[in-house]
Amino acid sequence: MAFLDRGARSLLLSELVSGLALTFRHMFRPAVTLNYPYEKGPISPRFRGEHALRRYASGEERCIACKLCEAVCPALAITIEAEPRDDGSRRTTRYDIDMTKCIYCGFCQEACPVDAIVEGPNFEFATETREELFYNKDKLLSNGDRWEAEIANNLALDAPYR
Amino acid sequence: MANLLNNYLLPLIIIVLEILAIVVPLLVAVAYLTYFERKVLAAAQLRKGPNVVGPFGLLQPLADGLKLMMKETVIPSGANRVVFIAAPILTFTLSLIAWAVIPIQAGVVLADINVGILYLFAISSLGVYGIIMAGWSSNSKYAFLGALRSAAQMVSYEVSMGFVIVTVLLCAGSLNLSAIVNSQAGSYGLLNWYWLPLLPMFVVFFISVLAETNRSPFDLPEGESELVAGFFVEYSAMTFALFFLGEYGNMILMSAMTSILFLGGWLSPLPFAPFTWIPGFVWLFAKIAFVLFCFLWVRATFPRFRYDQLMRLGWKVFLPLSLGWLVLTAGVLTAIRTWSGTGG
Repeated sequence: MAFLDRGARSLLLSELVSGLALTFRHMFRPAVTLNYPYEKGPISPRFRGEHALRRYASGEERCIACKLCEAVCPALAITIEAEPRDDGSRRTTRYDIDMTKCIYCGFCQEACPVDAIVEGPNFEFATETREELFYNKDKLLSNGDRWEAEIANNLALDAPYR
Repeated sequence: MANLLNNYLLPLIIIVLEILAIVVPLLVAVAYLTYFERKVLAAAQLRKGPNVVGPFGLLQPLADGLKLMMKETVIPSGANRVVFIAAPILTFTLSLIAWAVIPIQAGVVLADINVGILYLFAISSLGVYGIIMAGWSSNSKYAFLGALRSAAQMVSYEVSMGFVIVTVLLCAGSLNLSAIVNSQAGSYGLLNWYWLPLLPMFVVFFISVLAETNRSPFDLPEGESELVAGFFVEYSAMTFALFFLGEYGNMILMSAMTSILFLGGWLSPLPFAPFTWIPGFVWLFAKIAFVLFCFLWVRATFPRFRYDQLMRLGWKVFLPLSLGWLVLTAGVLTAIRTWSGTGG
């Protein structure tokens, strides 16, 4: 009887038909697609996106040019030059990140003692030329100004786990 | 002068217009078949499919066509230029000329020849030349292997397809496509059509058509996972577009053939008043669309066949089956004729 059973099943293509029925049922299910440029998925507060240099509420930049980020960077993407400012405080004169080298490991923000360099929630910073991805201090500070609200919120959310 | 005009020029113009009346809607249909395919596959895979270009993505085929026309046609340095260019043209032309004999409605057909089905069969067999020419002239191993596979596959499945067609011919008693459709007319509507009495043959025919048009699950000639794109790896821009159009044109053609042989062509599925008012070409169109949907449905469901399984299915399953059914059909028809007294 097993022979008959198997024979009948292969003759009537029952497995093919059940496969077809499955795909047919799927055609009427709602699509799970996220309509990306118009809809975006949630991202974690720990998300490591585009870099930013933050400021204090007074407008003073946080970075004290300790160069820990430069030292820890495994991709050697960060270049810092520093000298004392007129008021005697130590500040960077140059803070460059080569975004084409960066591997988004987040070590720089881990190393930073003053939470100056952070990786923000922005991941849509594609450019049309390579040169635009060589970020300098101005670009990083303007990123910080632009994303400060989100960055501060993310840092606050993640603070209990640090 | 007037004589020349009346005898030659006027018929010529009429024929050209008739051809355009078939070819232009056909090309639009091919374009939208690609859209339909992407939407059906997307639905089966819980995706959305093209939805950005125009409302519901309806302008996507036009955007694709424009892109293909704007691109550069690259001819490989090792290729045989003449054959390389001729292959896509041949494929495309063959998929168009077959439409001359397809009856769109009762009495509406470009060339109502008495060997219509033979003509169709011949044209679809010629399609393999385009593929072999493309594969050989590309001078690339992927293209060549794809072409060889394709040739072997198409030749194998044509054999059983031929027997299936002969079975239909025995029932219809004619090679004329309009006559085949008319012989399916009856008071039971869609139950009169040949798909029911010849059900196993209908299934064999449908599967053979999938193999004949190199559609999934028999898309070995393309086999992107092992042959990159098969016989048209080296083609780009318009030459690629011609292959693409030819292939999808063939799909529509084969769907039309299936509709005519097994699904009653332009006949209404319910042979009473409100349905018979709908013009025949609408029914034919609906049937073609249904068969095409089945093509896409199958593509969304099944993985690709292994090559030896493909050959086994063609030669060891379909050929004996169709041959046996042919003999059976002939026997039954003879028996009916003998007993009903009309003579064998």
